Order: sequence, then structure tokens, then C-alpha cells
Amino acid sequence: MTSATLTSGATLGSQRVSEEVRYNEDAIRLFVIAAVFWGVVGFLAGTFIALQLAFPALNLGLEWTSFGRLRPVHTSAVIFAFGGNVLFATSLYTVQRTCRQFLFGGEGLAKFIFWNYNVFIVLAALSYVLGYTQGKEYAEPEWILDLYLTVIWVLYAVQFIGTVMTRRESHIYVANWFFMAFILTVAILHIGNNVNLPVSLTGMKSYSFVAGVQSAMVQWWYGHNAVGFFLTAGFLGIMYYFVPKRAERPVYSYRLSIVHFWTLIFLYIWAGPHHLHYTSLPDWAQTLGMTFSVMLWMPSWGGMINGIMTLSGAWDKLRTDPVLRFLVTSVAFYGMSTFEGPLMSVKPVNALSHYTDWTVGHVHSGALGWVAFISFGAIYFLVPVLWKRSQLYSLRLVSYHFWTATIGIVLYITAMWVSGIMQGLMWRAYDNLGFLQYSFVETVAAMHPFYVIRAMGGVLFVAGALIMVYNLWRTARGDVRIEKPYVTTPHKAAVGAA
Amino acid sequence: MAQEKKGFSHDLIERNTLLLIVLVLITVSIGGLVQIVPLFTIESTIEKVEGVRPYSPLELAGQNIYYREGCYNCHSQQIRPFRDEVERYGHYSLAAESMYDHPFQWGSKRTGPDLARVGGKYSNDWQVAHLVNPRAVVPESIMPTYGWMKDRPLSYGDIADHLKTLRVVGVPYTDEQIANAKADLEAQKNPDGDTAGLAKRYPKAVVANFTGNKTVTEMDALVAYLQVLGTMVDFTKYQSPKQLQQ
Repeated sequence: MTSATLTSGATLGSQRVSEEVRYNEDAIRLFVIAAVFWGVVGFLAGTFIALQLAFPALNLGLEWTSFGRLRPVHTSAVIFAFGGNVLFATSLYTVQRTCRQFLFGGEGLAKFIFWNYNVFIVLAALSYVLGYTQGKEYAEPEWILDLYLTVIWVLYAVQFIGTVMTRRESHIYVANWFFMAFILTVAILHIGNNVNLPVSLTGMKSYSFVAGVQSAMVQWWYGHNAVGFFLTAGFLGIMYYFVPKRAERPVYSYRLSIVHFWTLIFLYIWAGPHHLHYTSLPDWAQTLGMTFSVMLWMPSWGGMINGIMTLSGAWDKLRTDPVLRFLVTSVAFYGMSTFEGPLMSVKPVNALSHYTDWTVGHVHSGALGWVAFISFGAIYFLVPVLWKRSQLYSLRLVSYHFWTATIGIVLYITAMWVSGIMQGLMWRAYDNLGFLQYSFVETVAAMHPFYVIRAMGGVLFVAGALIMVYNLWRTARGDVRIEKPYVTTPHKAAVGAA
Repeated sequence: MAQEKKGFSHDLIERNTLLLIVLVLITVSIGGLVQIVPLFTIESTIEKVEGVRPYSPLELAGQNIYYREGCYNCHSQQIRPFRDEVERYGHYSLAAESMYDHPFQWGSKRTGPDLARVGGKYSNDWQVAHLVNPRAVVPESIMPTYGWMKDRPLSYGDIADHLKTLRVVGVPYTDEQIANAKADLEAQKNPDGDTAGLAKRYPKAVVANFTGNKTVTEMDALVAYLQVLGTMVDFTKYQSPKQLQQ
């Protein structure tokens, strides 16, 4: 990266038309296929364990199928398998297009990363089912798998950053800032939270170096920023490329992008202790966590505004393009969850919400509404491009997917709001003689109808994903569904104004 | 994107990959450092209380089953200082009480009740019956059944290695405790044997043949662990919160 490249960057305008770059897309196709596959697996696993909570007989009395072992399978499948493959696909696609450069390390390295990452996922899932776990949420894989993932991640960082460094554009596009922050910070978090000492080099079991209160802080520094950087910064990278692309409008505000980026990555790291309110963690750390969580609301909404306002002048496309509807709705869900999060981090609110389903509902409004929806939007965008098709098999089916999934999310989060707040209130209820009004198990019994509703939400979400699988399969084959097209019917006033 | 150059311009960062990387690394490091490092240096982070001891070998084996089965997915071990929680579960949790948990098991969700002070709350027989079939003793329970654990022999040939590993990461196991690890593990399961050494090395360890099996089973270990949870500190010695504040 020297001045030579920068000079050529200065003359970009004239070169852009004449010069063609052959982008690497084979590995990206694989990542997209894996993302869709793991998405369905992860949603199914989630629906199954949701049903286990409503109908405990579904634990089957077997050690491998109990909720405690399957829940990490669900979380890893959706976060690391589905989300991870989406991030690999979109980041490696975006970085080539925005740097006008093929992948550093080429197709070979990308495929190497693909196969090893997905083998890692399979091994991790198998290890949970067989009972190997570090006992930390979202960081369950044992030491040997952690080392394996570290190697894969370093290679990914080399490929991504190498591509940025050899770019033929003068500037690094904003989406790549977010992808870069995501890659670097996840590396730090992964290493920082997995410093373990194995009992023996031939066994899986290890003990963490840190214990008790310190391990709690390290775990939630990791856990919250897995949300902040894996599920937020990375997916904001997707937003900054795919929303403007699909809307065919520039990003709303360049200045807001800068403010959004730096404040988000600075503030997020501080928010971890809000998972530990009123615990044995010292108060000063809790207060810091709460304060920064509330401040985090601002950059989050700055980002949301930047994403949604990118549609300025193109709002009508929401009527005719269900893919864009997925992308924009995801940003709206992002805005909702990032308002709810700071609210729940305020200590008196947290006193009620912590340990209840409200937290689970909050996570899923972000995970289903934001992460999954923006992923669906990006996948619907990518598949016709990557398989060299002029259009998707069916936009109507995209719309059916959208509504099925949206109703699923609404069922899910409303059920969890009600059950969470209800359980929190029942735990603290006193009767008029001054005794606790409910035994714990009475609050469990009261959850049942909401667990059923939540599982129904999950079923709808899976159904939507299966519609997507069918649509993408037909798209890849090159089929086009004969259906009523979405046509722009301009509003009369708008026509007059134009 | 042409920005007016007035002193510093973000343009510079957007053109220089290494500068962007360095600034990102600095930006994302500050919060973590400020929150984590002092927890190791400020002495009052962990209260000085009497009674908290490393787990006995059988309890440790039980804790490892607790990790393995992912009990933390549904049970917390962290009582908050609220009137209802203290009345329901007992004295609020102290940092000292989990200082030998590598890693902590405070949990984040109470699908089932908090277990920080479940030790001694129910009989050994109740615990076994409940693990075998929770709905036999609590009809509304939604917990999975763990009957398969009752007769499965515990694998503890390497238990001394576990103690040694934990000593490296900071648990103060003595040479004596490590040398006697296997014997202590078996002794805790055998109330008719000589348990004087065990009782001296691990005060308050609950000695019992939990499952009635001849061999030490996984459920023996798990129940031994559950029965010691929250029992190590004698709170009658600490009458006011002041005394706990160090």
C-alpha cells in the first residue's frame, strides 16, 4: 500500500468503466448456501427447545436431547453458523466490490476458511450434545475447538484486511470499517474469554484462569460484545452496503456514518456489566455498565436513522420490492431493540426484567427482527447476482416470507413481554399478610400458555425460512415464477409534484 | 466525499488501513480495560469471609456435571439483595462464595429457581428423586429428567489432575488434598467409613450414599455438589452488612 495505489485511486473515475475486475464468487456461493442451511437448522432447533419448555416430555429422557445440552446448539447454530456464514458471505462480497479488488489470498483461501469454519460448527454442535462445554453462554466450545476457531479467524482477518490493503479505490468504504471493527474485536473477545487451562492435552476438559466475579465480568464483556460486534457491527456493515445498493440511493449522511461508527464501537465495549446488575459485581462496575448502555442508545439510533433515511426519495420502493422491505424492517427492528436494551439496562427496570423471559424476548427482537431480516434481505439480493440470474424466482414468495416471519416475531416477542413481566411481578408479589404470594413453581406453571405462543411464533419463522429455501432453489435453477408483478402505481399527488 | 481540510480530517483514516486498524483497536480496548483490570487489583472486590473453601473432590466432580448438563441455562446461582429474593432463597450472594468457580455459574435466566443456597434445603433422597423425575415431586416442573445419571459410574480416575489444574489457576488446594483426592472422593460417598480426614480437609462436606449404589455414580457427585451450595459461609457471624463490606 504505497502512494502508487493512491495515485491510481485518484484517477478512478476514468478507469471505472473500462477496467473489469474478476471477483471471487465461488466461496461466497458456498457461504450463502451454508447460511441458508444453518438458518433453517438453527430456527428448527430453537423451535424445538421452545416446545421443550412448554412440553417437558420432549426432552425425551435422553442425555443428548435435554434442554441444557440443546440450547447451546440452538444459540451457536443461529449466531455462529447462520450469522457467521452470512457475515463471511456479505463481507467478502462487499469488500471486493467496494475495493474493486479480488480477494487477497484468492478463492483458495476463502474456500479453506469456508470448509474449516463449517467443520468447526459441526464439531462444536456435536461436542455440546456429547456434554463438552466450558459452561459459559455463547462461549461453550472447549479449548481445542477455541484454538481451531482462532486459526480460522486469523486467516479470515488476513483475507479481509489484505483485500482492503490492496484495494484499487482510494477510500475505505464505510461498510468495511464496520466489518473490520467486527473482525478485530471478535478476535480480541474470543481470545480474552477463552484463556483456559486444559486438565490434560488429550482431554476436552479445561478450567478458566479467571474465577467467580472476575470470570463473570470477562464473560459478559465477551457476551455483550458478541452481540455488539458480531451481531451488530458486522450486520451494520451489511446495512451500509446492501440498503443503499437495493434502494439505489447513497447513504443518507456521510458525517453521521463517522459519528455512528466511532461512538458505537467505543461505547459498546462498556455495556457488559448490565448483565450483572445487583450481583456480587462491585457497584462501580454496574453503574458504568448502566451509564454506557444508556448512552449507547444514541449511536444506535444514529445508525438506524442513517439506514432508514437512505430511502429518502425512494420510499415508494417499499411497495414494490419486498427484498427492500426486509432490509428496511430489519433496521426498524434494530431501532426498537436498541431502545429496549438501554431501557432494560437501567437498574430498577433490570431488577424486574433480569432472569425473566423479557430478556429472551429482547434478544429475539434483535436476533429475528434485525439480524435475520437483514440477512434475508442480503441473501435475496445476493443469490440472483451470484448465480447470474436476472431476477429472483418470485417476489411474491419473498413477500409471503416477510409476512409469515413478521407475524412469527410479533407472536414471539409479545408472548415474552407478557410472560417476562408477569413472572418478574409474581416473584416479588406479597400477599396482605406479608408473605410471598407465589411459590416459584406457580410462576413456572403460569408461563405455559406463553411458551406455547412463543413456539408457534417459532414455527411461523421456520415456515417463512422454508419459503425462502424454495424460492432461492428455484432462482438458482434459473426459473421465474409466473405471477402478478409488483407495479409502481404512483400516487396522484406525487405525479403532480414530479 | 471531498472534505474541507481543516486540521484533522477523517479522510486520512479512510485512506490508511493501518491507521484505521490501530484506532479501532484503541477505541475498543478502553472500556474493557477500565472495567476488568481493577477487579483484579481492588482488594474489596471479594469480601473477606470465613468458611469458603475449595470444593471437595466429589463436589468438584458434581460441579463438572452441572457444567456439562448446562444447568446454568435455566438456573442462576446469584441471589440479589431484594427482600423477595432474600426471603425466597436466603442471604444475598457474596463474591467470595463463587471465588473458586472456574468459571462462575451465576447464570442469566431463572426458568427454574436460583440454586445459590439450595444446599441443605432438601434431603438427599428428595434431590435424587427430583433429578430422576422432577414431576414426581413437583408436578408443574418443566425440568428434563436425569434418571440415566443415577446408575452411571462416575469417571474419577483423573480427579487429582483436576485439583492440580485448579491449583495452577488459583484454587488453594494443598498437597495433602491433592494426594488424598481419590480417597476423599470415595470417602464422601461412604458414611460408614473413615471420614475424619475428609471432614478436616473439607468442612461441611455432606457425607452420604446419595443414590444407594455401591459404586460412585454421576448423580452422587451432582447431589453432593448441590448440597454444599451456599452453605459454606455462616451468616450468623456477620450480623450487619457493614461487617461484610471489608
